[in-house]
Amino acid sequence: MANKKTLLKIITPEKNFFDEEVDMAIFRTIEGDMGVLPGHTPLTTILSIGIIKIKQGEQEKKATLIGGFAEIQPDRITILADAAEWPDEIDKERAEAAKRRAEERLAIKTADINIARAEAALKRALVRLELSQYTD
Amino acid sequence: MASMRDIKRRIKSVNSTSQITKAMKLVSTVKMQKARRDLETTRPFFNIVQNTISSIMSSTKGISHPYLEQREIKKTIYIVIASDRGLAGGYNNNVCKLALEHMEKGNKNDIEVLTIGRKARDFFDRRGYKIYNSYLGLSENPQYSNAREIEESIMQLYLEGKVDSVYLVYTTFKSTIEQKPVLKRLLPVDNSDFKDESKEQKRTLMIYEPSPEGVLDYIIPRYIASVIYGAMIEAAASEQGARMTAMDSATENAKEIIDDLTLHYNRARQAAITQEITEIVGGAEALK
Repeated sequence: MANKKTLLKIITPEKNFFDEEVDMAIFRTIEGDMGVLPGHTPLTTILSIGIIKIKQGEQEKKATLIGGFAEIQPDRITILADAAEWPDEIDKERAEAAKRRAEERLAIKTADINIARAEAALKRALVRLELSQYTD
Repeated sequence: MASMRDIKRRIKSVNSTSQITKAMKLVSTVKMQKARRDLETTRPFFNIVQNTISSIMSSTKGISHPYLEQREIKKTIYIVIASDRGLAGGYNNNVCKLALEHMEKGNKNDIEVLTIGRKARDFFDRRGYKIYNSYLGLSENPQYSNAREIEESIMQLYLEGKVDSVYLVYTTFKSTIEQKPVLKRLLPVDNSDFKDESKEQKRTLMIYEPSPEGVLDYIIPRYIASVIYGAMIEAAASEQGARMTAMDSATENAKEIIDDLTLHYNRARQAAITQEITEIVGGAEALK
């Protein structure tokens, strides 16, 4: 098992984001963070808004994953995300602005659906801001 | 016979029309190439979503879920995807007519239409159908977020019981010269869409977190959104393809008309010269 690898595919509606062999992937599901090693039991789970850490040997890559789901097989992980970005693809200013907007909207409470939406927007912005720190 | 000047003027006007159609053809060729690239990149996403649903369906028999349940159909909503602009041959008309044919089987009062593209909106508005919502300006360059927005609004209608079935009407892109309008039922989800693949797949014991229902709850809206998105992309490619063919034949026709007119022009010119010579010869003859 020592140097076995698993194929990780991250696909968004707009593009094939990532398609390489990896040693381990850690991502956030709606039930908490989850690390997947090669040879994992078949599992399908829903992703939350968060960061995925991809380990390839000594290297570790990070990217945002905005919603979606993962299908895990012993030899491959397929992640279908609504959106995914590398740290250098994140527009910091836009994320800041989105964060402020969402916070303002949460401050004035209106219909329930708007709150859910604003919370999701806030979460997205926070995750993007968190990840954008790693570029420096 | 028209005078030489008239013919010349017509040649000029047809010529400038053909220049426009030629330019439009070039523009739509470029746009179509982009749309085709988009089509290639969205297919894997769609296929995997579909496969996942298939495998959930096959491994968990007798699953009950509001999206899959057949209920008595009273209200229906149609999502019709056409373009904002005309000059695309039969593209808009074909897709709207297919939708109309299907609608005419039901009661007009139980039907609502969600349109993408100005041409579709005008078509159904003119015929007195109720427009639930219409989207303008996104048919040429659809985004996934647009598809999500549409999916969210129809899902809500469906869960609240305001509509009982949802149809999607759009044009599939077969090739540059062939586009085919199709009608597809989105909700309740058609089980037969998933059966073919599930047979090929070997059954693995899959764990679903938090539960098969929970995963379906999440994935089916994604599936619907990806179907809508895929349809929008296909329609965008088809629109450009249709426009390209239409403009190509318009340019061809213009060329034919110009050839024809040039022939007439030359004949008129020759007739004028012949007449002049006859007059001169006649005049000289008379002087003798």
